[in-house]
Amino acid sequence: MEAALTILLDGLQFSSYLFIVSAGLTIIFGVMKILNVAHGSFYAWGAYTAAFFIGKFSDMGLPDALGFLIIVAAAIVVGVILGFIIEQGILKHMYERDEVLIVLATFGLFLVLEDIILIAFGTDPYFAYQPMALLDSVELGGITRDVYGMTLIGVAAVVAVGCWWLLNKTKWGTLLKAVIFDREMGISMGINVPLVYTLTFIGGAILGGLGGAYIAPTISVAPGLGTEVIVLSFAVVVVGGMGSIAGAAIGSLIIGILRAIAVHELPQVELFVVFAVMAIVLVFRPEGLFAPAKPRKI
Amino acid sequence: MTNKLLKGALGFAAVSAVALAGGIAHAKDTITIAVPSFLTGGAAGPFGIPAMNGAKMVTDAINAGKLPAPYNTKGFGGATASVIPLDEGGGATKQVAEYRNLVEKRNVDAIVGYISSGNCQALAPVAEELKQFTIFATCGTPRIFEEAARKYVFRTMGHATADNVAAAMYVKEKFPDMKGYTGINQNYAWGQDSWRDFDLTLQQIMPNTKASDKTQFPKIFAGQYGSEISAMSLDKADLIHTSFWGGDLEAFIFQGNARGLFKKKIGVFTVGGTAAYRLGKKLPNGLVLGARGPYGILVKDRPSALNQWFINTYKDIYGIYPSGPAYQYGQAILAAKIAYDKAGSDASNEQLANALRGITFESFSTTVEMTLGGGHQAATENGYGITEYDSENGENVVKDVKFYPASCVLPPEGQNSVDWIKGGMKGAKC
Repeated sequence: MEAALTILLDGLQFSSYLFIVSAGLTIIFGVMKILNVAHGSFYAWGAYTAAFFIGKFSDMGLPDALGFLIIVAAAIVVGVILGFIIEQGILKHMYERDEVLIVLATFGLFLVLEDIILIAFGTDPYFAYQPMALLDSVELGGITRDVYGMTLIGVAAVVAVGCWWLLNKTKWGTLLKAVIFDREMGISMGINVPLVYTLTFIGGAILGGLGGAYIAPTISVAPGLGTEVIVLSFAVVVVGGMGSIAGAAIGSLIIGILRAIAVHELPQVELFVVFAVMAIVLVFRPEGLFAPAKPRKI
Repeated sequence: MTNKLLKGALGFAAVSAVALAGGIAHAKDTITIAVPSFLTGGAAGPFGIPAMNGAKMVTDAINAGKLPAPYNTKGFGGATASVIPLDEGGGATKQVAEYRNLVEKRNVDAIVGYISSGNCQALAPVAEELKQFTIFATCGTPRIFEEAARKYVFRTMGHATADNVAAAMYVKEKFPDMKGYTGINQNYAWGQDSWRDFDLTLQQIMPNTKASDKTQFPKIFAGQYGSEISAMSLDKADLIHTSFWGGDLEAFIFQGNARGLFKKKIGVFTVGGTAAYRLGKKLPNGLVLGARGPYGILVKDRPSALNQWFINTYKDIYGIYPSGPAYQYGQAILAAKIAYDKAGSDASNEQLANALRGITFESFSTTVEMTLGGGHQAATENGYGITEYDSENGENVVKDVKFYPASCVLPPEGQNSVDWIKGGMKGAKC
């Protein structure tokens, strides 16, 4: 029973991490049809910005609790600045181009942003352990768990509910769904599609940044950390269905829980599990488990 | 006219023959040494940059003739070396292409470096094919010299077998009541070899202990170890072995420490030395710490002139004590100097290899004996200690440090590491 609870919590924690990052990726794809490889850079920039300022504030003797504020602020600042510059400066001029070209452009951006991280922050890793240390740990399921790691589950839940509310209960969500369903029809109905694109891209970037910023206190924030996460996020999005928030949530849960089971019961297959799930889904349902319905145009 | 020409030609030929016979050498004034190391990615800060710093510092000192005796002659066989720093990141395929480029297009004189076992494993046959004098500085897998004879490739530090046999011996000595053990190692040559050697050695020297059947092998640079820490917390094993390095090492220490892992289990970190100076108070007390040999924090108090020069110069330049990778790269550059001093700055790759093969030399912190792998693989002592935060001086120290001689922790020449350990480590002189 203790083992089952531990596996469940481990799985939920890892799923939450995957969901926060992949939600941004899938929102951008759903609305803009852009497979954004540079999403990994939003994650990395979020992590670096949070770690840098948490460290600075701590050195200045300010309360460690400010770290939580910095995490949120870092995500927003990174998302707004990078998202706006990339969308307005580059992607906006490529919307009429082939989708593969746009993927290549985002891949190029990913490499450039990784190099800018090196210039801006150097090669030495940053440590921002203060928020994690502040929340201490608890005994649960026979083992010690850090409370900070478990709060990730709550953050993912807030993101999921927030996305659902935004899409289903607001006028903005209705506009988004209209653009997702048929961009041309949206334009003809008077929706400001360029604005929708810009705000969507910034929103997705904020989620990517939030993933990095929230995870920063638990890791050594070092160059290259965006690479690992983008590979996992793609797996999640492919499993759940590209462009579906519910799909990203279910995909994260499937991959997170199965990975946790593998780590506990058969560690040799831990790496294999993530991509086996993706392969199986691609064989039987190539569009993913929860791909949004596509309109048939005549 | 014809006679004059003939006489002139004969005269030129005679002078040339005399010159050649007399061995008039065209000693080079400068040589180029390519130094690959991780300059980007998670391994750069804790590993690649200190390694590069060590290489540059020692090269500069050699060029200026400022190393302590007996290495206080200027240059590499008299030649001034310029270092070409290269990023080791990007994987083995990229490194093989870069290596060919260095040899075939940039015509470097020597290649000294490499941290990743995966890269060294891929590059050794390429170096042999291109007949390029190459010194591997840090990479650890023993397979490089055990699976094939090498002519141009050298490694100037001990391999992973020494790290893990020494770790097992230290565990036996300090924790004789240990009942079971598990491990978390990166899923590639380095991590797999490290766990294999540690496990096999404990089976030999502590036969009553039991290895967990759920040892963890996460992907390199995974960074997130929440599930692995849970699995190891639930495991009955009372000891955790890891050969994690770089950002993975530091992330694992953070996450494990937050979850009290190292209060309940004995942590054995074979490459933990790189974190000792960087993490400060965040490094838990009581970890069994190695530095892949007699380097870094383990040898901080060794009083030799070479070692004190290394520590003080490094601290003056970079503001931090040198960790293992700085020593290991400095040691490899020193080996290159010894080879050039012996063979001459204009020496061929073959002559340089002959000069280094099988020699013994005093390095900054230890004696290096090139006695394994046909004289291409170094044998050095290996040691471990236990971490403790010295609050008075505000830094980490290691206590209960013990060094094991090379003849105790490395197989004799000609023997495969795995066979040697499985056979009960016959001939080990401890």
